[in-house]
Amino acid sequence: MTAAPGNDIEFRSVTKRYGSVTAVSDINLAVPKGAFVALLGPSGCGKTTCLRMIGGFEQPSEGTVQIDGREMNGVPPYRRPVNMVFQHYALFPHFDVEQNVAYGLKQARPKLPASEISARARQALEMVRLGGFEKRRIHEMSGGQQQRVALARAIVNKPSVLLLDEPLAALDKKLRTAMQIELQTLQRELGITFVLVTHDQEEALSMSDMVCVMNAGRIVQMAKPQDVYDKPADLFVADFVGKTNRIAATVEPGGATLRLSNGTALAAGGKTGLKPGAATVALRPEAIELVRQSNGSDSQLIGIVTHRIFLGSTAEYQINVDGLGDFLVTADRRSVQESDLVEPGERVVLTFDPGKVHVFPA
Amino acid sequence: MRPDRKRQLITAALVAPAGLWLFVFLVLPFMAMVVFSFGERAPEGGYQAAFTFAQFANLPSRAAAFWNTLMIAPVGAFLCLIVAYPVAYYLAIKSNPKYRLVLVSLVVVPFWTSLLVRTYAWMYILGSRGIPNLLGMIGIEDVRLLNTPGAVLLGIVYGYLPLMIMPIYVSLEKLDRRLLEASADLGAKPVSTFFGITLPLSLPGVMTGVALVTILLLGEYLIPQLLGGGKVFFIGNALVDLFLQSRNWPFGSAIAVTLVVVVVIVLSVAMRIAWKVSGSRQVDLV
Repeated sequence: MTAAPGNDIEFRSVTKRYGSVTAVSDINLAVPKGAFVALLGPSGCGKTTCLRMIGGFEQPSEGTVQIDGREMNGVPPYRRPVNMVFQHYALFPHFDVEQNVAYGLKQARPKLPASEISARARQALEMVRLGGFEKRRIHEMSGGQQQRVALARAIVNKPSVLLLDEPLAALDKKLRTAMQIELQTLQRELGITFVLVTHDQEEALSMSDMVCVMNAGRIVQMAKPQDVYDKPADLFVADFVGKTNRIAATVEPGGATLRLSNGTALAAGGKTGLKPGAATVALRPEAIELVRQSNGSDSQLIGIVTHRIFLGSTAEYQINVDGLGDFLVTADRRSVQESDLVEPGERVVLTFDPGKVHVFPA
Repeated sequence: MRPDRKRQLITAALVAPAGLWLFVFLVLPFMAMVVFSFGERAPEGGYQAAFTFAQFANLPSRAAAFWNTLMIAPVGAFLCLIVAYPVAYYLAIKSNPKYRLVLVSLVVVPFWTSLLVRTYAWMYILGSRGIPNLLGMIGIEDVRLLNTPGAVLLGIVYGYLPLMIMPIYVSLEKLDRRLLEASADLGAKPVSTFFGITLPLSLPGVMTGVALVTILLLGEYLIPQLLGGGKVFFIGNALVDLFLQSRNWPFGSAIAVTLVVVVVIVLSVAMRIAWKVSGSRQVDLV
């Protein structure tokens, strides 16, 4: 059986065990050609193992990994049409920048002419804006520059898939943001599939066009970034991607009303199919609006501001709600006038659109 | 006291014991030897003050010892390297990390027995009652193993192997495995990865091992004495003869001084080349 055309990578019931530890458990995954997919999850969730199985550094214990419709079980890394940008880059310290980038080209058999190797290496360096750095030694390059050398080295062989293992983790925040944009641009220019492994949800959401959230060796949700954020598949995703307020609640018989643990009743906001019984309600900090006067709506809670963290364009509040504990609320500065900034110690009303409430079975 | 002054004092205090030791037991004796080498043999043996180049002029009479030492020591070190590298590679890269420590300790175990005893064992194995005797039983007569250059080389490889394995093991052990993965990822077959990445990056260890073994071999006395049987003799053997038998201290000193000068020249050239090849400044030891 061959993979459906249009899929660059396919995992079929892939399980990976190390001794008695199961790192990856029965994963099915299809990455369409030309996609930018992020494998997102906490450390130890199996995302790196998945990437290493695509690269050929690990073999699945069960199931098959296919690249471009070809089964890859048992195929060593040097025979796979993929290249990897390693965490911490793994640049060869005894070569200069150009030799690093040319390394992949020098492995081609029959051998490529030296002039072509040099031209293509320089072209790859131009793509990552490192023209003129050819003869530099690796230890003379900054972290950001080393990152680009690693990128150039990985794309010089024109792989059909580029694997990126936490590529930005070692960079400072400003550089990281710049590289996020560059990686996106590069992916569009090259038109090849990118698979990114990251534990940083911001990185995953900002760069990829498909996010695959993993937890404990399984894929929890695979969706577009905005859907992962707006429609988390379960409480884990809601918690891991972005910030969330979790409230213990009960779905009343009939499924139309939610009763929070402090007794407040909420309309279920058009959600259907809620099973009566214990549930957890998740609410994003930015879905909550702070007002001083109750407007009489149903979906409101009353609390006292305990902390305010000023973040420039936004402000974060920690608010203690009677019987429900601490809530996190993000207020956008554009919608909040200076005079509207509530102060710690103030009593405020929290209102929100019931449609933005997520309900998960407890 | 100013902090940098204090730091200097602490450094001096830490370096002083070793420095003093080296001065008293290495530098002073060496200076004495240089002085001796320009002197004359006293009639009853020993040293008699004089200033003459006669001892150095007489060096060609020990040309065979110089030739044997300067040929067999590098060849022995090279053979050691050939045997040691695969062992070090296996220990550092292929062996199960769980048993690695045990395996590495096994390399050192021979040091628990004196080299003298172990070399005696080889004397017996290579002697007429050893392997030649066994070969005689299957009809291969009159094989001579003991007292040949081959026997000396065998003894050298056997005796110095751990000293070669260790530095190579260390440099392979600290080699970043991701570099090997990156090489494979870029399409390099295992053999290309070895010659393109592993070997160049382990060169500092190789150079350390070769230098260590070569230096020690240049002063070797025991192995040529036991397995070379006076037919394959080193400078070390010549020195023992001169100092303890004929008691010609000035001539012995001249030979020793010449050896030191040759070693320093050879090593500095070798290290210069090693730096160039490995492109790193981390050639240890020298």
